Amino acid sequence: MSTVIKTDGLTKRFPRVTALDQLTVEVQPGVVGLVGSNGAGKSTLIKILLGLSPATSGTGQVLGLDIATEGPAIRERVGYMPEHDCLPPDVSATEFVVHMARMAGLPAAAARERTADTLRHVGLYEERYRPMGGYSTGMKQRVKLAQALVHDPQLVLLDEPTNGLDPVGRDDMLALIRRVHSDFGISVLVTTHLLGELERTCDHLVVIDGGRLLRSSSTASFTEATQLLAVEVTDHPDDQSLDADRAVRERLAAAGLTVRPDGSRILLVEMAGEDTYDTIRDTVAGLGLGLIRLEQRRHRVAEIFTAAAPGAQADPATPADPADPAPGADPQTVDPQTADPQAGGAPDVVAS
Amino acid sequence: MSLPPEPRTAPDSGVIHNIGYRGYQGPRLGRSYATRSLFVQSLRGAYGLGRSGKSKVLPMLILGGLGAIALMIVTATLIAKQQKLLMDYTAFLSTFGLLITIFLAAQAPVLMSRDLRHNTVPLYFSRPITRGDYVRAKFAAMTAAMLILMVTPLLVLYIGAVLGKLPFGTNTEHFLYALVAAVLYAVLFAAIALLIAAATPRRGFGVAAIMGVLVVSNILATIAFGINGGFEGRDSANWVALLSPQMLVESVVNRTFGLGGDGAVIHAPSTFAAVVFGVEIVTIAVLCYVSLLRRYRKI
Repeated sequence: MSTVIKTDGLTKRFPRVTALDQLTVEVQPGVVGLVGSNGAGKSTLIKILLGLSPATSGTGQVLGLDIATEGPAIRERVGYMPEHDCLPPDVSATEFVVHMARMAGLPAAAARERTADTLRHVGLYEERYRPMGGYSTGMKQRVKLAQALVHDPQLVLLDEPTNGLDPVGRDDMLALIRRVHSDFGISVLVTTHLLGELERTCDHLVVIDGGRLLRSSSTASFTEATQLLAVEVTDHPDDQSLDADRAVRERLAAAGLTVRPDGSRILLVEMAGEDTYDTIRDTVAGLGLGLIRLEQRRHRVAEIFTAAAPGAQADPATPADPADPAPGADPQTVDPQTADPQAGGAPDVVAS
Repeated sequence: MSLPPEPRTAPDSGVIHNIGYRGYQGPRLGRSYATRSLFVQSLRGAYGLGRSGKSKVLPMLILGGLGAIALMIVTATLIAKQQKLLMDYTAFLSTFGLLITIFLAAQAPVLMSRDLRHNTVPLYFSRPITRGDYVRAKFAAMTAAMLILMVTPLLVLYIGAVLGKLPFGTNTEHFLYALVAAVLYAVLFAAIALLIAAATPRRGFGVAAIMGVLVVSNILATIAFGINGGFEGRDSANWVALLSPQMLVESVVNRTFGLGGDGAVIHAPSTFAAVVFGVEIVTIAVLCYVSLLRRYRKI
């Protein structure tokens, strides 16, 4: 199985708004994050991918099946975890998931067996026999995930799986999502508007805004080490008059490194090679100062929304990137007209 | 069972191994199986099976009650040594129509509103079944639940009558008439009630609205029947059946099978009227079903 999801010029227009606008994207197996602000078109995209809502124009394939004509076959192989609450309160998790397994076409005996397995994997034990009305949000999210996994799909679409969870619950859920791919071998498309989560969880990110593709590339290329070292030093223990930062800066500059200050007492040094670490260490030691911090700086995914830097976005294609665009269509190159005005505010709806 | 582990893995034999994730290679039975499963689950749900004990009370009480009444009628008939059941099969259905309506009003929202209220519907539609399959399964389940409710007491009457050596031919004939009536009631009522239930995600409102529509229409029709001199035997008063689903079925069945000779029993006043009533039954059922399909198109 190569490509999990592939769309070509996918467009969805409602009478008043354009929810998806010429979306061309290709997703490989793995954990893929679908990022966008509210109203960016994430849920519309999921509905179209499930074959529930016809696209206005454009084509798409899920697991190699056409979304326009092979909806039932797609839905048999795909699991879906909705964003909203969807659990009847007077039914136990076991009964509910068994029923959902049968709805996915599993024979009764297999449905019960798979339900027991899946609920154990998502971390529900004795409580699975109790009515779901008494469950905590975390437990409900686990049941929702279980019903999406119970028929052993090849792909699961998770819509905001960490909604309403506390930090611990969120970490658990993210770890679970990682396991869905690494242990269960199921590809994952997970939507969220919280970027920090995706950095840790996803192999690949697809960023959409106003129904358009902003960027699609590996998480590593979003957050790749920027060849910057952050350095922080103590003051000189005896000589209070010495401006330690400035002294270090001058010494490093003299050693041929590019240095610039970054806020309070942190110096950013550009890497010139492996020996840059040694140079910094020797310089600081030579001045008789203490080294508090010496670390690699990484980009944050959030920067693509905050800094309107098209230059920073133009260099994503790393060799490790699994989703090289199809010839002819280049979804990774960001149209500056798209990126620029929306990078700051990210409006919900594109006019036209 | 598999062979014992190789000697080199032996030392840590006390450890319970996590068997890890197992995929599913078995059959996937697809749409029609899923639709059937939904039908069975909904039918069971209509009688509270697979749900909490509390939810079994009302449907079981009504089913048991109707059966008990039927049993009493048979017993009374046999004790009184009558050659005819004290209450005919079709008359039984119309007389205890209120109990049937209560069952319908209470259980139709169980089938429809719960899925809507708790947003479970998208989970169905993210699986192989289509919206049409969903509506079909729910409609079939409600109709079947109604049929079980009505046919059970009819069977009690019939078996009792046959065992009690009442005339076999007449009883079989009238029993079959009542079965036709039961099917008409079930289809028409299920269509109306499911549409109302699907329009009211709050279950309480659904119950009230279904009771309202079916009972109030019946009361209005009865009042109109009286005002127009129906109780004095004026035939044209029977046209009021147009107002009430229950009377529609009743009057068509009575006319078609020549039941209810005395004027006080509602019946279609002419063959033309019977045709009109029949058309109305079909139209209402079809319209409700189509509206139900449309209702789910947007979800």
